[in-house]
Order: sequence, then structure tokens, then C-alpha cells
Amino acid sequence: MAKHRELGLTDDEFELIKKKMDREPNAVELAMFSLLWSEHCAYKHSKKLLGKLPTEGPRVVMGPGENAGAVDIGSGYSIAFKVESHNHPSAVEPFQGAATGVGGILRDVIALGARPIAILDSLRFGELDSERTRYLVDGVVRGIGHYGNSMGIPTVGGEIYFEPPYEQNCLVNAMCVGIAKTDEMVRAAAAGTGNKVVLFGSKTGRDGIGGASVLASAELEEGDADKRPTVQIGDPFEESKVLECCQELLANDLLVSLQDLGAAGLTSSAGEMASAGGTGIDIDVALVPLREADMEPFEIMVSESQERMLAVVDPAKVDAVLAICSKWQTDSAVIGEVTDTGVFRILKGGELEGEIAIDALVDGCPLYDLDPAEPAEWIYGNQVTLREGADPSEIALSLLGASSIASKRWAFDQYDSIVGSRTVHRAGSADAAVLNIPESDRAIAISIDGNGRRVACAPFQGTIEAALECAANLACVGAEPLGVTNCLNFGNPEKPTVAWQLSQSVLGLTAACEGLGLPVVGGNVSLYNETPSGPIYPTPVIGMVGELPDPAKAGGESWRDGDWVALVGPFNPSLAGSELEKARGQLGAGLPDTEIPPVRAAIELVRDGVRSGSIRTAKDVSDGGISTVLSELALESGVGCDVSLDPVIAVHDCSDEDALFGEGPGGFILAGDRQSIELLGGKGVQIEMLGRVEGNEVKIKAGESAVEILVAEAKASFESLPGRIEV
Amino acid sequence: MIWGVLQFPGSCDERDAQNACELAGADTRLIWQDETSLDGIDGVIVPGGFSYGDYLRVGAIAQFAPAMAAVKEFAAGGGPVLGICNGFQVLCESGLLPGALLTNEGTRFICRQGDLVVQESSSPWLSEMNAGETISIPFKHQTGRYFAPPEMLESIESNNQVAFRYAEGQNPNGSLNDIAGVTNEAGNVLGLMPHPEHAVDPLTGSIDGLKLFRGPAGVVA
Amino acid sequence: MITARILIRPKEGILDAQGKTVEGALPALGFSGIEHVRVGRMVELQAESADRLEELCEKLLANPLIEDYEIEIV
Repeated sequence: MAKHRELGLTDDEFELIKKKMDREPNAVELAMFSLLWSEHCAYKHSKKLLGKLPTEGPRVVMGPGENAGAVDIGSGYSIAFKVESHNHPSAVEPFQGAATGVGGILRDVIALGARPIAILDSLRFGELDSERTRYLVDGVVRGIGHYGNSMGIPTVGGEIYFEPPYEQNCLVNAMCVGIAKTDEMVRAAAAGTGNKVVLFGSKTGRDGIGGASVLASAELEEGDADKRPTVQIGDPFEESKVLECCQELLANDLLVSLQDLGAAGLTSSAGEMASAGGTGIDIDVALVPLREADMEPFEIMVSESQERMLAVVDPAKVDAVLAICSKWQTDSAVIGEVTDTGVFRILKGGELEGEIAIDALVDGCPLYDLDPAEPAEWIYGNQVTLREGADPSEIALSLLGASSIASKRWAFDQYDSIVGSRTVHRAGSADAAVLNIPESDRAIAISIDGNGRRVACAPFQGTIEAALECAANLACVGAEPLGVTNCLNFGNPEKPTVAWQLSQSVLGLTAACEGLGLPVVGGNVSLYNETPSGPIYPTPVIGMVGELPDPAKAGGESWRDGDWVALVGPFNPSLAGSELEKARGQLGAGLPDTEIPPVRAAIELVRDGVRSGSIRTAKDVSDGGISTVLSELALESGVGCDVSLDPVIAVHDCSDEDALFGEGPGGFILAGDRQSIELLGGKGVQIEMLGRVEGNEVKIKAGESAVEILVAEAKASFESLPGRIEV
Repeated sequence: MIWGVLQFPGSCDERDAQNACELAGADTRLIWQDETSLDGIDGVIVPGGFSYGDYLRVGAIAQFAPAMAAVKEFAAGGGPVLGICNGFQVLCESGLLPGALLTNEGTRFICRQGDLVVQESSSPWLSEMNAGETISIPFKHQTGRYFAPPEMLESIESNNQVAFRYAEGQNPNGSLNDIAGVTNEAGNVLGLMPHPEHAVDPLTGSIDGLKLFRGPAGVVA
Repeated sequence: MITARILIRPKEGILDAQGKTVEGALPALGFSGIEHVRVGRMVELQAESADRLEELCEKLLANPLIEDYEIEIV
């Protein structure tokens, strides 16, 4: 097979390269093109679509295109954040794949000059009855814990879902949030002809050669166990030294620009720095500190050894930079120079090994239009897991124990969620994580949410719902969203069905962000998550950071005996795309439409109520519907409830089951004294009083039906996951 | 009172420890691992984290840091020394405390809020707490199972060197006799696996940890 | 220069949580007849002489309170 095809380039792409270079590329040059023109690096199937997302806002400090996004948090500080995927490596080696995924996203935030203060993860696997899934879950959770805990950065939230389409293609999306002084943040663009290029961090070895990028540009097939040698190995201890080193370098104003090394290693970092700055760059591979002898130039240029950073430094400051690296016991070396040639030159001991025009390498990759076509039918199949004839109480308990709903405490307990002394709401204890930011006299809230199944039912609508859910979670802790990051996990975009899913989803995200008035400040795309038997659910994962003025008024409290319970918002329950519909094996295309403005109004009302301190218990209605959220509140506090959903049935003219187990956006359960809840009325947002908190049972009346379960039973079902993971 | 908080490459909770000391009314300074002088320092804290990446064995490499030689001298002179989590591991490796910490019984890292029962002790660290009192302190570790061979264990118990035990049913790691923290014979050196520095602010958890940080001040200052 | 291989194992009688976990996982993976699994560490080094290797083990490589070690000159 022709070399270029082995490296993943199409014949047309190869011809284009030859045309741009006016000759055939040599080995080093071809390797570099194959990586930077891969899907993972060039976004060739998604870039045109992503241009539609809104990216501006009054609080935006850094937008898409920088290492991470950042928003102004006041008092001279900014919050940097981004989410990134590490799906394919995690499917091959879950522990290291997840660990290096965390390491990679941390470095993006570190490269901005921010100190990471929180990690969150969105994970998706196949169903738990598969041994492979249990193996992956175990490895991924341990890997995330290993890296985050060792770095002393708290993992404060996340989500874990189990659905059959992810069986062969698990999803590991890692989000990092960091804090920086706004005027000390640094950009990635190289600048200043004659400035030196300094590489510091781990020595360069053969990790991941032909790794992440190549894996992400091809579907996984049988026999992928032998891709194991190309998976990167992470060293969090090294990264913690690199972090302190970066912070000290920036505090002393020693760097012109900074970039981390990730997929495609030196090639992409140096190339992107030069491209952003409109400069050229010379790299001498003989000067790169190596872990293994006899590495070829192309290996050095594409190595994905972890925990490395690239900096542009004024020649007068190089000694000071190297001294600080030495203090932190991290390797460093001057490996090149910024030029004004617009060319990326690769040298070995001064001898020219390759040269490529930056604009050809970094920006010359052709961008493809998608060829979308809506599928004629539901392509994901169905499985029945609920006993036919189950009554509402049995359904309620079954939903609580559903793998996607049940408590994930088993995982959260493996993460240090308190280091740094900022964590007000620890992982799993409220709808969003809340961190104290005393520097700016306020707090931030963070949530990460996706929903593959509902997006599969209706990509446009489902994506809007995912974004609304994220904003709703923030509202439950009194936070106003400031910005959005997203990771789009999809199958093979060259196939019309996936192309349709992707296009619709991006349109949905655009509509949601415009409707909520939120900018997208950065994100990631992971494509080709597919096996010969089909693609994953289209899975946009949304991360949001918000702010709240007073961390002491951040909701997250259990309800109390005697509290009134109310449903707030335009929530119009439907079983379409729901957990119940999944359990009955009746999933199919279509979701009801949602108007964004009324949902936004409800979000703002709940947020203000929590902020004022008058509402201390607020949870949005999501997976498993009202029955599930009420049961969760009950088992958390130990006190049950006695409520009726008849008002909901009356307003929306829905069925008993819809009311009990229906899902959809725009619904919040609030609990508290009657007066506090009634104070929220008269502002154009629906409020229905449902009943009271009391007793040791969860009693929910809905028309002719009723759920009546003991709080103890609900708790047992909700906490049943560990027994199914640790088999 | 001025606390010196040690900092090794890989330490994580040193700033949290400083924060706790300051909330308890003291001044603090970070002591980098290669410093050899503890002049002006009234008390030493060896913080939590993953010093030297936990390489070879938890706490094994930190014991040889120059600063630890100074800490040994300081302890021999009766100065108060507190080892938290990784700090406890370092103090055991250094021989400043008896016993060793092993991998949790369940082999997993575990982070949870838990209850500790204060034991009978004349250590200055426990001077603000009553024997039998229960305090709520979070723990987060993977190598927290306390072990001492039978004779040593018996001696620790009979000398009232056990400072804290995990409350009934809450032993997270299989520690012998539910031991969560021990002192040396003289009582001036205390090590515990749970993290009192994360129990000092009502916003982020309980405030029972403050009592620990106030202990020596009442006796030393 | 000699090459030494040092095997460090948890002492008998102390619960080896990792060894126990590995042993417990074996039947599910289709292995039978395997028992008494202990998980330790192996340190390999080159030295000018074997003179101080035992001291090195006692002081750093092993914790004699909880571990046994074996020095093999290769």
C-alpha cells in the first residue's frame, strides 16, 4: 500500500500536498502532514460547521483558537476552562488512556498560564453486564483518580452513562477549570524573529508514535490490542513539577508564548505556534532531550510523550528560564528559533531534514463539506429490560437502579474532591460543583452534561436539551453561566447518517447558546467513534462555568420534614427518549419541540431564588422524570413525601405515566417553606404546588396511578451500582 | 506561633495546611525540601500529597530530604510535629513514629468524610479535645492501612500513643485496631491519615480540625 | 560492574491487599489452581561492588518492618 495511504492520507490529499510543496514530501515531511492533516488535528470534517457557533460575550477573555477558553471573573482574575476527549486511547488501554486524557486537558489550561483548580469527567460505556465494560469502567475511573489526585487537583463532578452503542467505543471526556490573573495569561502565538524555542518537561521517547491522531482518524476494528504500544503513559508527578515551573516562569514574565504538547507532539505545537503568530520556526531535533537513543527525526517530531511544554523566549531571558526549570527538576533545552520565513524547518545538528510552508501544513488541509441524510428509521436497536406488567412502584424502583441513574458514589469516592480548600459542593452532592473563589469574592459553579440517547432521537432538539440541562444544573446552585465548552463525540462523518446527526447537533448547540445568550469559548471534536456494526449515539457533551455571588447561598441542601414541594417551569413531560422507553425497548426517532425562552425564564427564576438564600433545595427534572428526582431527594434526606401530579396532568393534558416518568427540559423540583416558594410566583413562570415532605415513603399520586415506595427501598435501589461493577 | 509547612516535589495539601494554621491564629511559612534550618519555627507540619510521586514506597524518598534531618532534630528537642496523610507516611519511614502504612484493604483510593474518636492522650496536639469525643474529618488516601507488628502494637496501645481511631464501622482501609493516628512516646510528634486541614471552614466541611491546629499553641506559645 | 536484581515482597503474615485482589480475580478470568499470590517490586541496578547492597535495601529499597527482600547478583 502506498505510504501516504498507510498514514491515513487520501490520494487527493497527497496530490494536494505535492502541489503545495512543488515536489514529493520526504519521510519526515510526510509524517508531519499525515498528522496535522488528520481529522483529530485539522477538524477537516467539522471546521465548517463549527464556524456557526457564537463565540463572543462581554466576559470572554480567551475564545476558540487558544489553548483553552477563559472568562473574566472579576478582581483581575479569569477562569480558564475546556473539555477534551480521549476516547480511542481509553478504549485500548483504559487506565493510561483516561490518565493521559486528564493530563492533556490540564496542560491546555496550564498553557494559558492558569492554575488548574478542578477536573470533571463525562464518561460513557456499554451496559454493565459486559465484562469488557466493567474492565473499562474500572480502569478509566482509576486512571482519572490517579492523575488528578496525584496532581493535587480536585475532581469535583462529572457523569457516567451506560448505553449499548458505546460498548466498543467508550467516551472519556475530561474537563479542566483553572484560575489565572487576567493580565498574566499568555497566548500561544509565536512572535519575535530570533526568539528562542524552549522545550521543557519530560524527555521525549517513542510514546504514542502514530498514536492519538491516527487512532482518532480511523474506526476501531478487531485486533486493536496490538495498538497498545502506541498508547501514551502519563506521569502526574512530572506534570505537577511542570505546572509549578510554568507558574513561576509566567509570574516572572519570562515567556513570550506557551503551548503544550499533545496529539502530534512537536509538529503540531511548533506548527500551531508559528501559524498563530504568522511566523516561521526552526526546530533542531538533535537538541531535544531524548529518553531513547537513536530516535529518527520523524519519530522525534511526532512523539506524543506526555508532560512537555513549548515556550518562545527572548534570548536575554533563556538562562533565567532554564534555571527555573532546573529548580523544579524538569528537563529543558533550547531546541529552535522563531524565524520570519513562514516555513517550518526541521534540522538535525544543523543539517536540513525537512521544510514545509506553515500555511500548507497547519492551514492547508482541505475542509470537507458533509453529505447529510436523515435516516429513514431508528438505527440503534432496542432491548427490553423492564418486566412487562410492572406497576408504577416497580417502575419507580427499577428506574432508580438503572445504571445511568443509580448513584455513582462508587466512582466519586475514588477522586480527591477537596484538595485546594475551595470545594463547597463535592462531587455528586448537588446538581453542580461549586468552588469558592475568595480572590474575586464570589464562587463559581461547574457542570458537564451530555445525552447521547436523546440526541439520537432528535439531534437538533436533543442537543438543545443537553445545553439547557447544563444551565439548569447551574441554576440549582444559584449560578449564572458565563461560557460554554463542548466536546462533540460522533461516528464516521463520511457516512450520511452521522453527517446529518453532526450538522443538526451543531445547529442545536448554536440555537441553545443564542437562546441562552452564552458564548462558546472552546471545545473539541471526536469523530470516527464507530465499529463495523455502527456508530455511537451522537453525543455532544456540554461543559459550563457560571458564577454566584455568595457560596453560602448555593442550594444543594436536602429537603426537610414539613417542607412544601413544588414543580417550577414549563416542563412538559413526555416518554419520548426516556429511560422508561429505553427499558421497555421502545426507543425511536423524535422528541417534542421545546421553546427556549420559557425554559430560560425558569432557569433564571430558580437561580435568583437560590442566590437569595430563600430556596435551599432545588433539583432539575432529568433522567427518570419527576418520580426519580423526588425519590432521590427522599433517600438523600431520609424523609419521604406525599405529593400529587394531578396539576401537571391537568396543565399539560398528559398521561399518568408521562407525569410520573416523562422527561424533557424546563422542570425544577423545589422544596422549602410555602412562603419562599410562593414568592417566586407572578413572574410568568409556572409553579405547581405538589405536596409535602413527610413520612418514610415516597408517595406520588398521578391520575389513576400512584408510586408508593419506602424511602429505604428507594435508597437500596439507588445504591445498587457497586455490586454490579465489582463482580 | 510560627508553623513551618514542609514542601516536597509532589506535595498537594501544603497550602491547605497553611490556611488551616492561619485560621487557627498562627503565622506560617513554607519550607522547601532542601532547607536545613528551622530557626524561628515553633512547630512543623509535614503535609499530605504524593511527595516524590510516591515512588518506590510512599514517603520513602522524602525521608532523606535535607529538611527532614532538621525536623528529626526539632522533634528530638520536643518541638511539635504533625504529619498528615503522606506526612504521616514520611514520619513513619523516618522512624519518628512507630509503624507503617500499607495499601488500603480495598486497594482503591477513597475520599470520604468520616468520624474519628479522640483517644486518651497527653499529647499537646490533643489538648483542645476530650478523650471519647467524636470529630468529623475527611480522609482521602490509597495507602492508609496502619500496621505495626504485635509487640510494637501492644506497646503503642499501652503507652496511650493511639491518638485517634476510626469510629465504629467507619474504618475505610483495614487499619489495625481502627487506628487513624498515633503519637511518638513523648507525644510531641503526631501522625494521622485523615485531613484536619480540610475541616476548618464551614463552607467546605466541618470545623472540627481547628481544634487540632490550636492544640500546641496552648501548650507551646 | 555487577548487575543486581533485588526482589522486594510484602512480609508473610501481613495482608497483601494487591496480591489478594489479583488472586481473587483469577477464577473469573479462567485460571484455576493458582494461590498464594504476592505482589511486590523489583529493583535492578548496576554497582561497582555488592558490598553495600544489603545496607541499601535496609535503608531505602525495602521497609524491613513490612517487607522482605532478596538480592540476586546476575
